[in-house]
Amino acid sequence: MSNHAVYILSSYLVVLVVLGGLTVASLGARARARRELAARGLERKR
Amino acid sequence: MADLHFLANPARFRRFSQRVLPGLTLATVLCLAVGLYLALVQSPPDYQQGETVRIMFVHVPSAWLAMAGYGMLAALGASLLVWRHPLAALMARAAAPVGACFALVCLLTGSLWGRPMWGTWWVWDARLTSMLLLFFLYLGHIALSRAYDESERGDRAAAILSLIGVINLPIIKFSVDWWNTLHQPASVAKLGGPAIHPTILIPLLWMAVSFLLLFVLLVLVRTETEIDRRRLEIAEQGA
Repeated sequence: MSNHAVYILSSYLVVLVVLGGLTVASLGARARARRELAARGLERKR
Repeated sequence: MADLHFLANPARFRRFSQRVLPGLTLATVLCLAVGLYLALVQSPPDYQQGETVRIMFVHVPSAWLAMAGYGMLAALGASLLVWRHPLAALMARAAAPVGACFALVCLLTGSLWGRPMWGTWWVWDARLTSMLLLFFLYLGHIALSRAYDESERGDRAAAILSLIGVINLPIIKFSVDWWNTLHQPASVAKLGGPAIHPTILIPLLWMAVSFLLLFVLLVLVRTETEIDRRRLEIAEQGA
């Protein structure tokens, strides 16, 4: 990928870290909220 | 529009979201996998930018989604302030961090493209500065919506900010025409059709669709979470 490979790979790493991190955080928050609802008897645990 | 109106009810929206999420997740993963193959393997180097054109396949879609996301925030803000839709505030809370992340990706990948192409990480030109302002508007929205003990007050303040900040969207879009900027003018969405060869344009549009699917997926998941959190808040107040 030429001598600019470091910039290209860093860009895709940024995408992975920022958007991947947001996805993991969003799924984790949803799971926590569901667990809390289930613990209070407001929803069946999935 | 009348068909979409039933989604304004949080409980119905949640049921709808739970039905579409599995298929949407699969479509997003498949689209991203094909998009990355097209962007990193299939597409040829550009005759001017060389291999660094591959950064454009993530930079440009991020910019589009960051702008579209803010337009959505403004529409939700108007919906909250004018019609008091119960879902608008929850969806705005869910969408703001997603839009902020796409704006951040746009700024960072743009900087990583600028260093080898322009010889600098950053210049204070109109396009880059207005994009940075968009990122700060997102941060302001997130901070305002969480700044009050009463979540309704925070949601209304954030909605007003989203409506004021929407003026920045045409500034971002037309900054390259209105001012003499280092950033290149529009090459996809322009009169007379795109000025990009199909071998570059197809991966770019494919990645844009993939990012759009990811954006919708994240907003749906986060809106579900906001609905659940609001239910917990109501349960705590009732206890």
